[in-house]
Amino acid sequence: MNTLRQMDPSQLSLGLAAILFAIGVAGVMFRRNAIVLFMCVELMLNAVNLAFIALSRSIGIEGQVFVFFVMTVAAAEAAVGLALVISIFRLAETVDMKNFTLLRW
Amino acid sequence: MTNFPIVPLLWWLFAALAVGGALGTITRRNPIASLLFLVLTFFSLAAIYVLLGAHFIGVVQVIVYAGAILVLFLFVIMLLNLGHDYQSDMRGGFWIVAGFLAAGLIGFVLWRGFNTPGAVRQAGAGVHIDAAVDTLNAVGAIAQPLYRNFLVPFELTSILLLVAIIGAVLLAKRRV
Repeated sequence: MNTLRQMDPSQLSLGLAAILFAIGVAGVMFRRNAIVLFMCVELMLNAVNLAFIALSRSIGIEGQVFVFFVMTVAAAEAAVGLALVISIFRLAETVDMKNFTLLRW
Repeated sequence: MTNFPIVPLLWWLFAALAVGGALGTITRRNPIASLLFLVLTFFSLAAIYVLLGAHFIGVVQVIVYAGAILVLFLFVIMLLNLGHDYQSDMRGGFWIVAGFLAAGLIGFVLWRGFNTPGAVRQAGAGVHIDAAVDTLNAVGAIAQPLYRNFLVPFELTSILLLVAIIGAVLLAKRRV
């Protein structure tokens, strides 16, 4: 119990952010479903947000302001990205990345 | 009882839920199961934000991320009818190895960077945030720097959202 109490949650949160970001990267590499890829990108954005929040405790409240902006950009990115997914689904009848070879070298 | 370490215990609980949800997200084959695991992760992250003293961001995380963005994902999955009759979309062989390597490398680099002594710490400054929350309350503490020092980026955000709305409608329309 003593060690648990002495650990600093903001320092631990930076480690958690690293783990979540790595899981997001692994998801982008493992999956082919375009929507799941977007979810993994959102996961990485959230890991970055967590790092901002954890650092804002030691550096300043501006970290939370930056999280606010990151959330806005994430909302815009999700809207445009999902519109792209819908539009490409109309074209190819699938969201599996293996069928999107038009630009493949 | 006042010495009972409730904050670290809750932190570990929600951190375990967040990591478990993230692992579920990248391993479930059904996109809807993936999405619900991601909702679990985002709720746990909201709880961790509150534990770290960012109350406003925690609430916004629940409303915007779990409430709006993930529901948008759910709408698209249901619109495209991907929730059933799905096939496995896991890549094989080379991609699995490359994925583990990339994730391990990035996680290791971030972990080392965050834990370098003196790189990120200015111990005790967290007290300022708690003091600001006490005097200005949770919304005012973030609103003051947002409207004083970041006013132009904040206004530009509205243009970004407008462009995103128009772009999304234009892209998803059947015929342009």
